[in-house]
Amino acid sequence: MEKFVHLTAKACPLTQPNINTDQILPARYLKWPRSRGIGQVLFQDLRFDSEGREIADFPLNRPEWRDARIVVAGRNFGGGSSREAAVYALYDYGIACVIAPSFGDIFAQNAVKNGLLTAILPEAEIAELSDAIASAPTEAVTVDLEQQTITRGNRSYSFTVDPVSRNQLLNGWDDVDLTESRRDEITAFKADDKRKRPWATPSAP
Amino acid sequence: MSEPQTLFDKLWSSHEIAHREDGAALLWIDRHYIHEGSFHAFSQMKSRGRNVAEPGLTFGVADHYVPTRHRDRDIANAEIAAMVRNLTGNAAEAGVTLFGLNDPRQGIVHVVFPEQGLTLPGLSIVCGDSHTSTHGAFGAYAFGIGASEVAHVLMTQTLWQKKPKRMRVTVDGAALPGVAAKDIALAIIARLHSDGAQGHAIEYAGSAIAALSMEGRMTLCNLSIEAGGRCGMVAPDATTFAYLKDRPYAPKGAAFDRATEAWSRLVSDTDAAFDSEVTLDAAAIAPIVTWGTTPDDALPIDAAAPDPARETDAARASYVREALDYMGIAPGKKLNEIAIDRVFIGSCTNSRIEDLRAAAVVLDGRVSKVPGLVSPGSSSVKRQAEQEGLDRIFRAAGLEWAESGCSMCVGINGDVVPPGERCASTTNRNFRGRQGPGARTHLMSPAMVAAAAVNGHLADVRPLLAGRKL
Ligand code: SF4
Repeated sequence: MEKFVHLTAKACPLTQPNINTDQILPARYLKWPRSRGIGQVLFQDLRFDSEGREIADFPLNRPEWRDARIVVAGRNFGGGSSREAAVYALYDYGIACVIAPSFGDIFAQNAVKNGLLTAILPEAEIAELSDAIASAPTEAVTVDLEQQTITRGNRSYSFTVDPVSRNQLLNGWDDVDLTESRRDEITAFKADDKRKRPWATPSAP
Repeated sequence: MSEPQTLFDKLWSSHEIAHREDGAALLWIDRHYIHEGSFHAFSQMKSRGRNVAEPGLTFGVADHYVPTRHRDRDIANAEIAAMVRNLTGNAAEAGVTLFGLNDPRQGIVHVVFPEQGLTLPGLSIVCGDSHTSTHGAFGAYAFGIGASEVAHVLMTQTLWQKKPKRMRVTVDGAALPGVAAKDIALAIIARLHSDGAQGHAIEYAGSAIAALSMEGRMTLCNLSIEAGGRCGMVAPDATTFAYLKDRPYAPKGAAFDRATEAWSRLVSDTDAAFDSEVTLDAAAIAPIVTWGTTPDDALPIDAAAPDPARETDAARASYVREALDYMGIAPGKKLNEIAIDRVFIGSCTNSRIEDLRAAAVVLDGRVSKVPGLVSPGSSSVKRQAEQEGLDRIFRAAGLEWAESGCSMCVGINGDVVPPGERCASTTNRNFRGRQGPGARTHLMSPAMVAAAAVNGHLADVRPLLAGRKL
């Protein structure tokens, strides 16, 4: 798994609340294998009109934010469908960190598995940060996961992050390897559980 | 004496294999449901040179991409055909039971597996689909996961999770005639908002919940995710056991009796503490429709759409303005005057036999003013509905009676609402473009969709129920 320790990059504000995974990656692209270049269709119906022309005032289309690697988002970013391809689209486009007041639970879990940090700041600080970015769009923002800080110019914010996710991102842990190291416990659980919950095994129809 | 436990605590602790210092626990997974969308996970697994650890606990169904018409022909769209073929290949290779395209048990994942008796009380159930919360209706711990977690479960039959907080939503009292589980669920979502239950396992309790059928409980638990909940559940009771008896994969005979004994203990202890509690009065809930682009934009049918000019909060005003603009609704417009272009009855939220009956009661002897599609939740539901003559009622009303699948809920099989058209829908998400690019969706119960069809605009179903047997 990709590690995330710190990142200095341009940040793009996208602060309307409830941007769900259907908006991040519309369902019609779910057939695409990741290798087809899924980053191209990130926010497809927000970035492009029905004729395929760019919508000029969508923040990621503005020249100053095209190469942003951080998104400053509104409440409940990534709610809705469990599609992990929404994370692939963000990550493959180049976004490695989303800062928001809250995230959809499944989205946040999917993000960490792919090296994308979901950092939480209170709503008021999100508003302050996005205003600051809007007034000087090209000034870089630094996200430091070890210190749990977000710094822009001489202003610094402390963000919260789920400790389990933090651990995993900092270490680049691979879940499957971690689980393998518990093989004996799994085997013991399984044997014990079969006695305790015989009904949990599906009966043959 | 040990601490009093919630139902969720009991489910959690019976699946814990190991803990980590940072608070993550390794959980055993009893059932893993897969569908066409699981292809990313299979490629992850294969790239590690691994196999499915417990094919006997993994069950697949073709639902998201299947055509709802002409099942006897080859699938015309090559990409969609490849999705279904890919699932068939992966399941066969792994030795996983699959209810494929032409299997008589085929249908939507969250309809089929309860119907087959695979979803049982006390189980941990996962699927790469956010509406997996549906299965909590049986008193199971059921939640949606993404592709990496699907791959992890395929390879290990376990999952690392952080324990969610516990929330109890109590709905007491008797729901009025014409008020369905969908209305109760939308009332809860409107109260909690789309993220109010984030990080929480929801337990639904109270006399109005106990009075619901299993179909109603599934509708309710299904929509837990639309309030941001990690999962939703109802403690198993006599209604649950009666539903499960003699289902194909459920325990049988003496084993069933022993199982119900164990399942009966799956209730929250009297003094168990919840992290948060919400209560609603069922009698105060009217039939509800959504007006905007998130499921919490839900109001009683006799209300009016909001007016951004009257919102005091600037961010809220701008949200309302954009949502109304997308939906093509004038500020303050009366909801029961909004004309519709089509209707859809289907999806894992509302396509079970009871849902079809509720719509048919309204449509019987009446004609729909707009075109519409009815897609039963499973092929078994379809056969049962045909035995009961419901298909004839839908057809006579002018609606199309189709095969089972996700269909117009997400539109990826080709069943879409055309751009700019407005659809009264029994589905779960009114997100922008959910039913197709530019589509406008109003969520409501099956009976309310039927009422909208008969009137050609959003409407209160209750006058149409006068003199009819519910
Ligand atoms: S019916 Fe809709 S919500 Fe349910 S599983 Fe299918 S696509 Fe998802």
